[in-house]
Amino acid sequence: MSAGQRWRNWRQTEAANGLLMVSPTVIYAILMLAAPLGTILLYSFLTDGYLQIIREFTIANYVEAWTNELYRTVMIRSLGVSMTVTLVTVLLAFPIAYFVSFHVEASKKSMWLFLITIPFWTSYLIRVFLWKVILGYNGVVNSSLLGIGVIDQPLDFILYNVNSVVITLAHAYAPFAILPIFVALEKIDRSLLEAGQDLGETKFRTFLRVTLPLAMPGVIASVLIVFIPTIGDYVTPQLVGGPEGRMVANLIQLQYLKLDNYPLGSAIAVSAMAIVTLVSVIFVGLNRRYLKGPK
Amino acid sequence: MTEKPTMIAFQDVHKYYGDYHALRGITATIRAGEFFSLLGPSGCGKTTLLRTIAGFEGISSGAVMIDERNMAGVPANQRPTNMVFQSYAIFPHLTVGENVGFGLRKARLPKAELAAKVAEALEMVGLGGYGDRAAHALSGGQRQRVALARALILKPKVLLLDEPLSALDKKMREQMQVELIRLQRQVGITFILVTHDQEEALVMSDRIAVMFEGEIAQLADPETLYRRPNSRKVADFIGTMNFLPAKILSEVGDKIEIEAQGFGQLTLEAEQAPGAVSGDGAVVGFRPETLTILFEGQTATDRESMAVIEEVVYYGDMTYYDVKLDGTERPIRISMRNVFGRPVLEIGDRTRVAWSPGALVMFR
Amino acid sequence: MMKGGWFKVYAIGYLLFLYAPIIILPMFAFNDATVIAFPLSGFSTRWFSAMLEEPTLRIAVKNSLFIAVTSSVLATTLGIFAARASTRYRFPMKTGLMGLIMLPLVLPEIIVAVSLLVVLLGLGVNLSLWTVILGHVLICTPFTIAILSSAFQSLDQSLEEAAYDLGESAASTFRLIILPLVMPGIISSLLISFTISLDEFIIAFFLAGTEPTLPVYIFSQFRFPAAVPVIMALGTVLVCLSILLLTIAEYFRRRGIAKSGGKDTGGFL
Repeated sequence: MSAGQRWRNWRQTEAANGLLMVSPTVIYAILMLAAPLGTILLYSFLTDGYLQIIREFTIANYVEAWTNELYRTVMIRSLGVSMTVTLVTVLLAFPIAYFVSFHVEASKKSMWLFLITIPFWTSYLIRVFLWKVILGYNGVVNSSLLGIGVIDQPLDFILYNVNSVVITLAHAYAPFAILPIFVALEKIDRSLLEAGQDLGETKFRTFLRVTLPLAMPGVIASVLIVFIPTIGDYVTPQLVGGPEGRMVANLIQLQYLKLDNYPLGSAIAVSAMAIVTLVSVIFVGLNRRYLKGPK
Repeated sequence: MTEKPTMIAFQDVHKYYGDYHALRGITATIRAGEFFSLLGPSGCGKTTLLRTIAGFEGISSGAVMIDERNMAGVPANQRPTNMVFQSYAIFPHLTVGENVGFGLRKARLPKAELAAKVAEALEMVGLGGYGDRAAHALSGGQRQRVALARALILKPKVLLLDEPLSALDKKMREQMQVELIRLQRQVGITFILVTHDQEEALVMSDRIAVMFEGEIAQLADPETLYRRPNSRKVADFIGTMNFLPAKILSEVGDKIEIEAQGFGQLTLEAEQAPGAVSGDGAVVGFRPETLTILFEGQTATDRESMAVIEEVVYYGDMTYYDVKLDGTERPIRISMRNVFGRPVLEIGDRTRVAWSPGALVMFR
Repeated sequence: MMKGGWFKVYAIGYLLFLYAPIIILPMFAFNDATVIAFPLSGFSTRWFSAMLEEPTLRIAVKNSLFIAVTSSVLATTLGIFAARASTRYRFPMKTGLMGLIMLPLVLPEIIVAVSLLVVLLGLGVNLSLWTVILGHVLICTPFTIAILSSAFQSLDQSLEEAAYDLGESAASTFRLIILPLVMPGIISSLLISFTISLDEFIIAFFLAGTEPTLPVYIFSQFRFPAAVPVIMALGTVLVCLSILLLTIAEYFRRRGIAKSGGKDTGGFL
């Protein structure tokens, strides 16, 4: 068989057709994602010169990123905020996912999901801004509380610090947290739960021993879906975080757009991603046993 | 009956999926106007073989000929075949009429003529007047008829049916079996049916190819397959068969002397023992209806043995007796038609069993 | 059932929490005051008129619309290729390649933004609306793939084979059978991508250069307290628009399911 014939034979196969069909998207992803990510990884090891980047390999950027007091604080704060937001969001999300899955009749379920996701599709910027307005010194919360006489001085701890960042992010990512848990709960075979009841268990025990473990893959997905993007969020800390609420993304933006220090910015970005990946991997690893079995 | 011309010929067809040898040297012919079935358990290759006729699967070696023409290189949309898929594949976004007329699009017929043909096809499958219905609102049986109409309107030389009745409930299935036979006689073209249900194949087919693991084990008409299966596997697959250990004593010409548990010594014709069955480890096989329980006053027309009744299963029109013939270790099943007024025997009763050597088949 | 009762109370409370900020929008957009605080001062539409007269706003809206339309078309197209490949064919490195394409879903947007910025500047490309489009297509495509995969998945493969069997070619099969049945998914993808792009801030912030997009414009206005009520008005309009688009997307999704006689499994995801 000639090479030409062999090519034509292979070209007919499923593998060839599949690769061909997926190629435009893959090429785009390689050019726009893989290559740029690789580039910032590269840059993180180069030196910052005035107005340009010197092609000199160095780990000074990483040293700076990890030893600088401010950067470390910001990084730890970002982790802390993210974890708090994740915990709060997922805990609050579970009951609602449970409600829609188990206490809403099938025909109304998509309507509930629709209602829950609508806020997510409105402008994120506007929503963050609205929280600024709500929590501000002269804002909605304060003016209402003052108005009904619960307080005589406006509260000043609810804005421009970590608290406001947590509240705002928890609100923004709520739908993200609900949906994976809902999907996992929906997949649970109802007859498993009935079997438990039939054998004499209380509803609560059935929940603990059957429902919760089976829902864990959804919970794990939920945790990751909230944790990973929130740590890199820019808008919320920028608008409602104040000087105490700055997070890692603000730092990166600073280095890139204001200080023009691409290598340092890259090092911070890569470090942040590494930490996020590490935490996620550890988290998934600890919960390995829930992920075994049919998906 | 004169031999009809060959419509489909398989010449040593092999097919590999990677390393998996799906079709192992299939050689067979299917006659024009036949109702032909490919029968076998899941994974035996019958659907694969069907799809090589349709053109949805290629072959690794050998040839598939349709009406004397080699189909190598002929794509599915140019073959003189049409297929009814297992899921019926009715286009859900079109009406019934649009579905049925879909294959005639390329012919660019004037609207009136197309409508007439579609109406005619729908009448033929018993769905007259359904033309404007939405396709996705039909029942399983109706969908199948639409699929049939859609295929037959194009007057193909061969109609391929991939397990068309497996998704229907029992009553619907029996109804459609009769429908399909009637349709095939009316239209007169070759039907090739794939099924795993041996009853279905026996009822509908002129000839059946029984397949196991990529090979044709036996190709014959239903009666031959039933009475003279050529191997234990085929015997076991078609209908119910009882087996008892047996041993060859001697062979003279085309007569074989054997000794079988429960039956004693008897003589078989050569054709009753397909394949070489020398030595130990052989069995005789016989269908449940070929043995008769003798009641008071009845005598055997040929041979007779004694047995004990172990189990009685009453079915309304039939009673199945599991009996243990004297000298055997395991019970065998005998089916008796219930005759009005005749008593049903009870467990533990001893009874006489009549049989004939001609009903036995011997296998390795 | 008591349990259901408490859950329902919680659910309503939760929904209130979700909608609270959004309800505030129209309240203060129509409020005749410059400060966002209670008590309300009376009905007025002056903020909407002020909004309509802003020239920079008009340019920003035009730019954002251009970016959103282009990005959604491109992302949907790339999504069709990837979803069809992923649901219909097996090919080597499939998991890896699909993983790469879906990666933007788990990457913080700022990482995407800076990495693109670095590469584009390094290549000497001028920042413009098109560079924003590049970034938006990247983050929208995973969403279109999710939607379109589900649409292609529910497409019975024997439908395509039936069409061939009846004499159609690959191209006409795609046009007559596949496309109509996947159309609801395509429309949903377009609408979702459009919405995501319209609202996206950080990539636009990094990659737009001197041209303002709507979110970037809004962001720049936050510094001016006087501009706040106008932003409220703008926000109200945007929220209504999003809800409208979403309802249309949901309508098409349901209609698609009804047309092909499938079952509603609830929601896009």
